[in-house]
Amino acid sequence: MFILNHLWIILALPLAGSMLTLLAGRHWPQKYVNISSVGFVVLAFLSYCELLREFFVLNPASPIIKDYFTWMTAGNFRVDFALQVDQLTIVMLGVVTFVGMLIHIYSVGYMAHEEGYYRFFAEMNLFMFFMLTLVMAANLVLMFVGWEGVGLCSYLLISFFFQKKSAADAGKKAFITTRIGDFGFTLGILMAFWTFGSIDYKTMFATAANMPVEGMHQWGVLTSICLLLLAGAVGKSAQLPLYVWLPDAMEGPTPVSALIHAATMVTAGVYMVARMNILFSHAPAAMLAVAIIGGATALYAATIGLAQNDIKKVLAYSTISQLGYMFLACGVGAYAAGIFHLMTHAFFKALLFLAAGSVIHAMGGQQDMQHMGGLRKKIPWTFGTMLVATLAISGAPLFAGFFSKDEILFDAYAGPNANMALYVVGIVAALLTACYMFRLIFLTFYGKPRYDEHHVHVHESPRVMLVPLVILAILSVIGGWFVLPTYWGGKDYFQGFLDPVFASSTALAAKMHPAWTEPPHSLELTMAAIAVGIAFIGFLIAWYLYIRKPALPNKLANAFGPVYKLLLNKYYVDELYGAVIIGPLIWISRNVLWKVIDVGLIDGTVNGLAFLSRESGSGLRRIQSGNTRSYAAWIVIGAVAVTVFFVWMVR
Amino acid sequence: MVPISYYLILSAVLFGLGVIGFVFKRNIITIFMAIELMLNAVNLAFVAFSREFNQLDGLIFVFFVIVVAAAEAAVGLAIVMVIARNRKSLNVEDVNLLKF
Repeated sequence: MFILNHLWIILALPLAGSMLTLLAGRHWPQKYVNISSVGFVVLAFLSYCELLREFFVLNPASPIIKDYFTWMTAGNFRVDFALQVDQLTIVMLGVVTFVGMLIHIYSVGYMAHEEGYYRFFAEMNLFMFFMLTLVMAANLVLMFVGWEGVGLCSYLLISFFFQKKSAADAGKKAFITTRIGDFGFTLGILMAFWTFGSIDYKTMFATAANMPVEGMHQWGVLTSICLLLLAGAVGKSAQLPLYVWLPDAMEGPTPVSALIHAATMVTAGVYMVARMNILFSHAPAAMLAVAIIGGATALYAATIGLAQNDIKKVLAYSTISQLGYMFLACGVGAYAAGIFHLMTHAFFKALLFLAAGSVIHAMGGQQDMQHMGGLRKKIPWTFGTMLVATLAISGAPLFAGFFSKDEILFDAYAGPNANMALYVVGIVAALLTACYMFRLIFLTFYGKPRYDEHHVHVHESPRVMLVPLVILAILSVIGGWFVLPTYWGGKDYFQGFLDPVFASSTALAAKMHPAWTEPPHSLELTMAAIAVGIAFIGFLIAWYLYIRKPALPNKLANAFGPVYKLLLNKYYVDELYGAVIIGPLIWISRNVLWKVIDVGLIDGTVNGLAFLSRESGSGLRRIQSGNTRSYAAWIVIGAVAVTVFFVWMVR
Repeated sequence: MVPISYYLILSAVLFGLGVIGFVFKRNIITIFMAIELMLNAVNLAFVAFSREFNQLDGLIFVFFVIVVAAAEAAVGLAIVMVIARNRKSLNVEDVNLLKF
């Protein structure tokens, strides 16, 4: 039980790698950087494997908490540096360490020719450290440390090419936009402390479990806490209305997009909602808010994805859409399904990004799909793995995404908190997902080359990049097979594994809806068939438009000019935010804060004080006459004054 | 026994003379002596009170004042010497370089 007793080791390894690379890596050859950064992440993964073994030996029903030291105390407020491991943590840790490790290995090939190689890896390792902190924290404040830390690393890595203005701007945008959500998150933490008297998960959940369930129309303190926490999740996980930073974040190197903006960091919001499931279960209004935000985002982002031409932007909107799916799952109380989708999504979306990176690598930096085409034969490994990932995300039977998406849709349709509207939204989003993903595949890999074949020398990526692709492709297929037995009436192993974490919420949901009964097994098969059928229709649409009649999309775009323009320009949301929020902010900053407050008040005060002391000094210096006898007179006058004062005081 | 008021009146007279000398005299040595006069006027008051109330505090204070006065005399006379050498004068009106 070595790792279980020393959980901090898993955190310390990437931190050590980061510090070592950052402090010493500047003048190292790349080989040393690889050893120190990739090596430490591999070690972290190995210690996770050992942790997994130990965890299964113990198989605890409640979280294992290790309290290392007290970080701060102030009155009743007390924060410990405490780590915890339970089933949910195990799943998240697995995703973070394993996918993180593969992406680190991939980066060795992808970043080989970039400036600042050591800086990239130091920041990636630092990200791993903060992400693991977020996942393993045993209280809200420590989780918030990880939460902000991954935000910082996200900022650093998005603006990795900081000499490019768009990259630097995108980093700032990501940082500031998520900060808006974090404001709510911080308030949520404070309110949680105020309500529960502690920010330890254990105490919080125990107290919350004994509180009454709040009504849909009578919001109480739990609903407020949940909505505030949700604000943080919305910012971090790029949901409506704070999603605008994620597409811009594609300015970062592709491995960063894969690790931070697809597989791990952006799922932190989902993780947090799932972690707080007991709180959310007691606040149905907040649950509904989660579901509505998730559903709306899933549909909204998918429509934008249909019209984007940048290969990474399509994937970015796809990520937003899939995150919406996860929120939808949490919102209808299917936390296990949400986490399941989080895991499978981490596999296939990381793969999609890495494969897209491989395509960009092959094209010599070209990201616009309008200048690709016909790459299938030239980069077969990239094509094969990307096709697998596309099948997975579209929900082709037996691929990972099929199981997780199917489970979410099933719970939206027939779970205790079932909601027909949300189900329909989910189905339409699934249709669009298949459509835009196959559009991407067809535009990139099929048809005639639309690039200058004399100038662009398309070449397959080196092996160090292909091996992670292949491993992720395998996982994108088998990653969902935990659920496979349910189709012949067996057990759902994934849900069963997570049961200790979500059991009380599930029980509560069943209690709240006494009329609800377990749906029959046949319904599950019908639902799966519908989902597959829908995805297939999406595929057919894409096939018809981009393979059968390649001229048609342009005609359609012209026919539906305004709609197409709206989608191409992402509903003009950036422009809207610019006009409604950023413009007035800049105006106020410039005309009020700068010209009135800063120049008038602050500078005025400082200059006024300087003027005052200068003038009074030049007046008072006359006293310093140089005449000793006048000094003597002043001394006597002073002494008399003091004496008179004290005599008068004593009276 | 002489009543304490006599001592205090003497002390006040001496102190007043010291103040007048301190303010109105121009010779540095005289001013210096006026300061000594004031210190010793205070000493006299201390000793008188000490005797009146049978307490040692006043005597101890007197010792301190004497020590300070001695130290002050040592430093002060040295300064007077330097001034006399540089200015060829002991008139305090001539010592007026340090001003605005």
